Amino acid sequence: MVNEIFEYAPAPESRSIVKIEKEYGHYIAGKFVAPHSKKRFATINPATEEVLSKVAHGDATDIDKAVKAARSAFVKSWSKTKPKERAKYLFRIARILQERAREFAVLEALDNGKPIRETRDIDIPLAAAHFFYHAGWADKLEYAGLGQSPKPYGVVGQIIPWNFPLLMLSWKVAPALATGNTVVLKPAETTPLTALLFAQVCEQAGLPAGVVNIVTGDGKTGAALVNHPDIDKVAFTGSTEVGKLIAKSIAGRGIPATLELGGKGANIVFADAPIDEAVEGIINGIFFNQGHVCCAGSRLLLQESIADDFLGKLQDRMKKIRVGDPLDKNTDLGAINSGAQLAKIKELSQSGSSEGADIWSAPCELPKKGFWFPPTIFTGVTQAHRIAREEIFGPVLSVLTFRTPQEAMEKANNTPFGLSAGIWTEKGSKILWAAQQLKAGVIWANTFNKFDPASPFGGYKESGWGREGGRHGLAAYLKGSN
Amino acid sequence: MRLDVKKTYKLFIGGAFPRSESGRTYELKNKKGEFIANPALASRKDLRDAVVAAKSATTQWSSATAFNRGQILYRIAEMLESRSAQFIEEIVAQDGTSQSIARQEVAESIDLWVWYAGWCDKISTAAGGINPIAGPYYNFTIPEALGVVGVIAEEKPALLSLVRALAPVIASGNTAVVIASESRPLTSITLAEVLATSDLPAGVINILTGKKSELIPWLSSHMEVDGIDISGADPKTDAEIKISGSDNLKRIHRFDKEVSPNRILAFMEYKTVWHPIGI
Repeated sequence: MVNEIFEYAPAPESRSIVKIEKEYGHYIAGKFVAPHSKKRFATINPATEEVLSKVAHGDATDIDKAVKAARSAFVKSWSKTKPKERAKYLFRIARILQERAREFAVLEALDNGKPIRETRDIDIPLAAAHFFYHAGWADKLEYAGLGQSPKPYGVVGQIIPWNFPLLMLSWKVAPALATGNTVVLKPAETTPLTALLFAQVCEQAGLPAGVVNIVTGDGKTGAALVNHPDIDKVAFTGSTEVGKLIAKSIAGRGIPATLELGGKGANIVFADAPIDEAVEGIINGIFFNQGHVCCAGSRLLLQESIADDFLGKLQDRMKKIRVGDPLDKNTDLGAINSGAQLAKIKELSQSGSSEGADIWSAPCELPKKGFWFPPTIFTGVTQAHRIAREEIFGPVLSVLTFRTPQEAMEKANNTPFGLSAGIWTEKGSKILWAAQQLKAGVIWANTFNKFDPASPFGGYKESGWGREGGRHGLAAYLKGSN
Repeated sequence: MRLDVKKTYKLFIGGAFPRSESGRTYELKNKKGEFIANPALASRKDLRDAVVAAKSATTQWSSATAFNRGQILYRIAEMLESRSAQFIEEIVAQDGTSQSIARQEVAESIDLWVWYAGWCDKISTAAGGINPIAGPYYNFTIPEALGVVGVIAEEKPALLSLVRALAPVIASGNTAVVIASESRPLTSITLAEVLATSDLPAGVINILTGKKSELIPWLSSHMEVDGIDISGADPKTDAEIKISGSDNLKRIHRFDKEVSPNRILAFMEYKTVWHPIGI
């Protein structure tokens, strides 16, 4: 119960470090400009529903302007910038992100609803690290094993999701710029603010105008970007449904796409696992970032002989998860990013109950305002249940059991997705065997949800096309390499 | 005067040589309009059977050691070499080309199998690696076979272009469903006879002859097909193939006579594995 936890005094991070403008325009050709339609929409704090700012609603005219700016910057400045100078711009951006890390961490927590502990320790440092890592590649591309004279595509259209706004920006922008492309970026509808603050970072770094352009808006704005005839490449992170639509819409144009899509990752615990570490790993696998993680370990596969004992320990640990104010430094689980996402989580959870699985939620007090969902597990889940097949993208774990290692592999691979998987066992040969069997692009053994700019990330099957990060991720932005 | 015993050109599915279940064939004539053969006109059912055969061969072939796969690819080169005369004769009959051009095509095809045989146990080293991440974790990336790959063969040179597409696809451990050159199908089926005597497990390569316009839509929409080399499809149909292939996000690539490790990697998938370091 709640009172079993030590009482913690609130430890809120001050938001005074962040200055949010009343309204924003698009960032095009190095300037903030008003939207063509003159329409703006509100971006809110999902923990309080307070309006934070109003941002521009981009239409096809705005997109066209941004693509023209990116084209002009590509032709006139960026493709003529020496690779070692390109590198230095990226190093500058990395440094400025580090200098302004606190500001970004607070703004991200406000606009996204995720806990400050995560923005401070993960999102922002990793975003800076991503620029630092790719900076070094800019003048070494001929050594990347991707051809002797690798060439950029030109103008890249990039669309990023709301779950890791600045981090996903860095995953997209850093490799694109390092390889010599210019970009038009469309941030997610519900989390545009850190991207707009990033525009200031580009200014401070002295990045030539038009190399990075940011157009805010919704799905229609993104579609206008994908369908613009003068982009040379698309990079998208988001749902598998939208990823397939993008694949269809560019099919006749001969331009490539990088797609980082959904997942239904299996986190497999064998009877010979280090149990306490595994419990922590399962918690991190599904409750990190409110479960708004494409590579979340959302299906727990437990070996039958340890299932009851393990579930008891897991529930004890779940009772200790602190849900609440994202700006409180003690908070583990923040707000659900939007009302729409909360409705989707509730709908899928209800399907779990009505299809016959057993629901259990950690007892916790949820704030009255904002969008919240408690840490939840379903037991007695079968492979046919929707909660075992569809991505919930929330703090909801589906628990299945298995008897033999072969059965675990069959169940783990029984999904159209193939993004991530987890293996928990103390036996080395079993780890390597399972890692071979699992059809997933990222395998975490005795750990979970770890990310690094040097480590390629991306999925098999319907989890997408291509990789981001590491040497392999560079291929996504260089012509003729796989 | 002895009468020739002519060969019936059939399909190659799961290591066997069945006729089309549809019972259909089409008439093949040489440039002078003389009858050569009645190759099988494969149906949707044949294509689905070929995919089933290819799918069931994936585990055995992708888990064979790279050394073993390399030896089998080399064995294919040996078998092709020993039957060069037959291939040359067939190319001359089928294409109406000269002996020397036909001989050149067969020689290049043999050498390509040898070249890709050597890649089997080198591609992971060349394309994979250890990633120096900022933390106490061991982290490596390796390329793995995709699964079932469709190969739409180019019309000509039928043997050489088929080998250019097929060898890199299977070198990594994929299995293949081939839609052969429609106008010059004979060497594809004779190649199947080479494959059948090269210790290649049944189902790793399956070859269909027939109408491309009929078979390609079934191939591109098949949910158990993971990728397609569309080098031999009419470029005007690329969009159609990609749209239908996007339902399971097939990896679809077109190559222009390319011979490179890139062609192997196009149908591989990178897997990255993390493990903590500690005592």
